[in-house]
Amino acid sequence: MISAVRRPVFGPALVLAAVASMGTTLAAQPPRLVQPGAPGQPTRDITAAEATDTSGVRHGAADTRFMQGMIGHHAQALEMVALVGDRSASADLKKLALRIDVSQRDEMQMMREWLTARGEALPDPHAHHMAHGQMPGMLTAAQMAGLTAARGAAFDRLFLEGMIQHHEGALTMVTELLATPGAAQEPELFDFASDVEADQAIEIARMRAMLKELGK
Amino acid sequence: MTRLVRFLAAPAVVAALAVPAGAQTATTPSTTTPDPRVGLKAGIRDPGVAARGIALLANLPKPDGFFDPKYPAGEPNPQMTAAEKKEEDGDASGAKPTPPADAKPATPARPPWGGLNFANSDLAFSGNHLFVGNFSGFNIYDISDPTKPALLTSVVCPGGQGDVSVHGSLLFMSVEQTRGRLDCGVAGVEDPVSKDRFRGVRIFDITDIRTPKQVAAVQTCRGSHTHTLVTDPKDPAHIYVYGSGTSSARSAEELAGCSGKDPKEDPQTALFSIDVIKVPVARPQEAKIVARPRIFADEKTGNIAGLWAGGDHGPGTQKTSVTNQCHDITVFPAVGLAAGACSGNGILLDIADPANPKRLDSVGDKNFAYWHSATFNNDGTKVVFTDEWGGGMRPRCLATDQPNWGANAIFDIVDRTLQFKSYFKLPAPQTATENCVAHNGSLVPVPGRDLMVQAWYQGGISVMDFTDSANPKEVAFFDRGPLDAEKLITGGYWSAYWYNGHIFGSEMSRGLDVLALTPSALLTQNELNAARAVTATAFNVQHQDPVTFAPSRAVALAYVDQLVRSGAVPADRSELLKGAIGAGDAAQLSMIATRIGERAASLAGPDAARMKALSQLLTSIR
Repeated sequence: MISAVRRPVFGPALVLAAVASMGTTLAAQPPRLVQPGAPGQPTRDITAAEATDTSGVRHGAADTRFMQGMIGHHAQALEMVALVGDRSASADLKKLALRIDVSQRDEMQMMREWLTARGEALPDPHAHHMAHGQMPGMLTAAQMAGLTAARGAAFDRLFLEGMIQHHEGALTMVTELLATPGAAQEPELFDFASDVEADQAIEIARMRAMLKELGK
Repeated sequence: MTRLVRFLAAPAVVAALAVPAGAQTATTPSTTTPDPRVGLKAGIRDPGVAARGIALLANLPKPDGFFDPKYPAGEPNPQMTAAEKKEEDGDASGAKPTPPADAKPATPARPPWGGLNFANSDLAFSGNHLFVGNFSGFNIYDISDPTKPALLTSVVCPGGQGDVSVHGSLLFMSVEQTRGRLDCGVAGVEDPVSKDRFRGVRIFDITDIRTPKQVAAVQTCRGSHTHTLVTDPKDPAHIYVYGSGTSSARSAEELAGCSGKDPKEDPQTALFSIDVIKVPVARPQEAKIVARPRIFADEKTGNIAGLWAGGDHGPGTQKTSVTNQCHDITVFPAVGLAAGACSGNGILLDIADPANPKRLDSVGDKNFAYWHSATFNNDGTKVVFTDEWGGGMRPRCLATDQPNWGANAIFDIVDRTLQFKSYFKLPAPQTATENCVAHNGSLVPVPGRDLMVQAWYQGGISVMDFTDSANPKEVAFFDRGPLDAEKLITGGYWSAYWYNGHIFGSEMSRGLDVLALTPSALLTQNELNAARAVTATAFNVQHQDPVTFAPSRAVALAYVDQLVRSGAVPADRSELLKGAIGAGDAAQLSMIATRIGERAASLAGPDAARMKALSQLLTSIR
């Protein structure tokens, strides 16, 4: 047993016993469970049931739609990355593509698990083909065809331009989520959205720099 | 803890998932018996325990109101992915990872997901009171008798991470999540733009320890992930708070002047800065942001994004986060320095003027993923930086993990610059269901040595000796088995700090632990006696004050033990020396002091310093 004082199962009896044994006036009183008010407002007693009520910060429909949509959004990035192999001669671009591939797959897996853990539906793996033009930043069928047909430096340029557009779309999706009433209250989802924003912003900056190099 | 999702999207070794804990010794080079931390039984309340030089004195589970009765330990994290393995292995061959598009999720449906809502976080101390931060508020304990900590007050005020600091009758608390409410409510904030939302630094008056009262709440653009109290030796009427925001910036509609844009688009962006809050101690309600210094700016060009831009450092190197934030800043006002662990870099700051910190130096590291925290040694000549690879929620202490990733990096401070010396990582491999990486720690005040006690999440507690900054060693540890044998449930030690003779551990799900160091060949009773004689009236770990050791027999005997351990004093002579110290004959001690002083002059390094200190001591103890 590691516990000198074991958790009382749903009751503070043992803790109280430990407290009482100390004999000091302050500690002899039962612990208080309080909730402060806004600055300058009084502090009040609350119950453990009130304190652990997470109903206000559970995920909502907008959160679920964001995760479902972002899976499809990421899927297109993977399609773009898959084209790089025999079309680009740039080692830098290939490295960038590999990083995007790894990070987007990881995030897709995380999003699927987030949805599953909450009993929400996973999107159809091919759903994003229906979503062109509905989600911000998605490349049109014509853009994808152009990318597929291009080779060498022309491909590199189209890829970078397309991926910047695509990533900026993801940033727009985060912005829209955060602008939706009741959304992103759940800590995990808020942090995920923050990370998508941070990571994709870094990649956009990097791709802009690569595009500039290409122009020289 | 940082960047919740980075941990989810970060690399790991899938292969190791299939390796039972006990089997990991097979891959650990070892000529002696396996580390007792390997193969511990899993369990929330009855795990296996391995310890050396540390004893658990008390454990108080989290109080009512601070755990979900349905999921007392929190919820499992999603399993790692094939893509993570690919990045972990540094596989740049171009081989395609297995398409996971139709892969069946590993985690069963178990709504509602508890997550981190009630995780314990950082610790602060004031007198006989211990403050344990929590994502849902904080708890106050009476530690008059550290072996019997007693809960006094539970304060509900969610918003994460709930890192706490104390200054006199004021308690400061970090809030970063969008659910945070000005009124400490638990219901979150519905509107995207709302005057009810609070992200920033709260200030409570704790004069009545049973009834803390919120007296101020300083809103910041990115919220406050952590914060640091900074005293101004010249102005005791004010205290400064360095607020570190690490998540997304909110809109200008909600808080004027906020933007999370690229500096090229918006030079006034809330990124690439810290918040400096000035607090009149007698009128905390007047606290306000007085500066957002651009401490990452390029000296020549003035570009505010002047440090690490994010990305890897070449083939086989770690991917390091962009330096647009600090995670922790640790100040050492006595020498006017601060060490910032700032995402992509470690930096050294001149804080002689606390409102205007100036960068003195910056370092990068190809093995660091995320510069997380910083700890000075007692004389301010070294800094231990930690790398929170995986954000604190991933198993980063596997036998197969690179030993220099997710580790401490130890630097000497030479002419106000940082000089890398070595890495230190928890030497015992942990399982794939234990989140583990270097995390928060504090110094253990043993004269003549640089010791740091440190939390490694589910890797347990480890005490590191970095007296020789090029050769750090472990001197003690305490470790429990995983919370769960099958799934990674985020937990373990967030913080482990020394305060007035004991180690206090903030366990995210198992509650508050009080531990004691026990004597061993690596840390003697005399050394512990000297450490326990040091008393502080308060302690915030990110505000370091140098400890001075009052002349005493305990301190002298501690030095003698260290000189014997290093071989500088033969063991047979040491008995005579200890006898003389015990007898306290002034003439004899004076003679010995002279000889030791002469000997010290012919030596260098820690032993010379110990002998010199011992020589001086012997003339002052009677």
